[in-house]
Amino acid sequence: MAREAEVRLRGQLSRLRSLPLLRGARLSGELERLQKQLERIVEEPSDEEIWRSVELARNPDRPYALDYVERLLEDWFELHGDRQHGDDAAVVAGLGRFRGRTVVLIGNQKGRDVKERTKRNFGMAYPEGYGKAMRAMELADRHGFPLLTLIDIPGAYPGVTAEQHGQGGAIARSQSLMARLRVPTVACIIGEGGSGGAIATALADRVLMQENAMYTVISPEGCAAILWRDAGEAKKAAAAFKPDAGHCLELGVVDAVVPEPEGGAQTDFDDAARLLGDALAESLEMLDGMSGEELRQQRRVRFRTIGQVSAAP
Amino acid sequence: MSERIDVSIEHKHAPPEDGGRPHPNTCPTCGSHYRDDELEANLRVCPQCGHHFPVHARERIRQLTDPDSFSEEASELRSDDPLEFFDLRPYTERLVEAELSTGLGEAMVIGRAAIEDRPCELAVMEFGFMGGSMGRVVGEKFATACESAAERGVPLVSVTASGGARMQEGILSLMQLPKTVCAVEDLHDGGGTLISVMAHPTTAGVLASFASLGDVLVAEPGALLSFTGPRVVQQTTREKLPDDFGLAESNYRHGHVDAIVPRTELRSTVARLLRLFANGA
Repeated sequence: MAREAEVRLRGQLSRLRSLPLLRGARLSGELERLQKQLERIVEEPSDEEIWRSVELARNPDRPYALDYVERLLEDWFELHGDRQHGDDAAVVAGLGRFRGRTVVLIGNQKGRDVKERTKRNFGMAYPEGYGKAMRAMELADRHGFPLLTLIDIPGAYPGVTAEQHGQGGAIARSQSLMARLRVPTVACIIGEGGSGGAIATALADRVLMQENAMYTVISPEGCAAILWRDAGEAKKAAAAFKPDAGHCLELGVVDAVVPEPEGGAQTDFDDAARLLGDALAESLEMLDGMSGEELRQQRRVRFRTIGQVSAAP
Repeated sequence: MSERIDVSIEHKHAPPEDGGRPHPNTCPTCGSHYRDDELEANLRVCPQCGHHFPVHARERIRQLTDPDSFSEEASELRSDDPLEFFDLRPYTERLVEAELSTGLGEAMVIGRAAIEDRPCELAVMEFGFMGGSMGRVVGEKFATACESAAERGVPLVSVTASGGARMQEGILSLMQLPKTVCAVEDLHDGGGTLISVMAHPTTAGVLASFASLGDVLVAEPGALLSFTGPRVVQQTTREKLPDDFGLAESNYRHGHVDAIVPRTELRSTVARLLRLFANGA
């Protein structure tokens, strides 16, 4: 067993070392931190460590999408409404200048105080929110602006009206629109990447994930309630389905992990924004020069082949 | 009294309940009970009240396709256990058990078929295989079905019955949403057609991906088509749910499906759509 584990670890290590975004170390001068991160990824995290990343991902003091917008984009102009019948405050979309170029940014937004949290429905989007996102995507495509998405959503809102307004179909169509875009797209999970609500805006050319973010198919509580028949077993569920950045990188679900300041993004918004900005810029650079058709095709191949099973020999 | 065997629709009472669960051949709507061959002969629709019983994938294929026209593809694909997932029982054990009880390798069967002499590709889900959940093999089979349809220039007909993504494959099961979406986009880009038939239940990850992206969306009567199930919505919001919450009828009223088609008319309806999309060819 020990030998097997060692072989696996060595394999992981060589894979991680060859990952392209790790050259971000050179660009951002964060070599040491990335090396530490790499070591942490290579070491199989304990159940407690996985749970800590769940708690950090949900930390209410963590920077939200608009905190990053404020620090990373100039001339931000927010777009409102889905042009059908509503404006979902749980999704923000807008135009801004990012390191010299105009981009469209879409983000999930949770809200800081009780009043804002209620207004933003704790970040849980209605179909109207995906309607707004799709409108912004179309705008980006029409004008050739790169699209950035910042994902931080516990899950799409589970409500009667949300269902009546077509939650499932909205999430499906948002993905299908992203699969058609001819502009560079970069997504980053900056907190909770909650299931369908998250993937709706995460079908991007490059998918990044902050060090302490989580990306899940169902909340640990939901999984525990179904499989363990006890929502209190969330820690066990989280450990079993491995939602942390290290595992998502290892599984090929994300292309790179974006470092956070020591202790987590909530300790230093400016530094967290700088690190995120560098990673986004680097990803955009990697996509520069590709034609719309190439981008689209490569994006689809990326998702076609993630974790692909092959026929038994 | 002497022993009596319930055999006919005239018996309104189910056979003794087994562990509190009603017998699968007892109609949950009107309580009528049927022999298996009675139900099969009526396409598993209750002759008394029209309730649609669940249909297994193989039987669904027999109901829809011309005799002997179906030829299965990718039947050798089996799920492995990428996360070494263990809840109360190991995932691998659940997989073996599901294969034994359904006789299928996974929760989706794909292959070439003909419906009223029209060639098509079929992708049919099996709810009995771990709740029809979509893991990597289901995603791969659906994508393969899209490619096979595109290659042969025939429409793809999908019949869904699924509780959503397969939790035991963690984040990789979520990745089956974009994967199947991309496969539909490729099919559509090549001029292909997807006819999506949504049976009970088509929920969560499957509703939020390929099932909703058909050129035409057809639902069976009474099918639950919701992103979030009624129990979770109730618990989260404490709202009183409408009686028809998430059902095909409610989806139809709100504009999310094109038609509700009783199973007895499904085959002819799909055939009509195949003729229309072939445009005289």
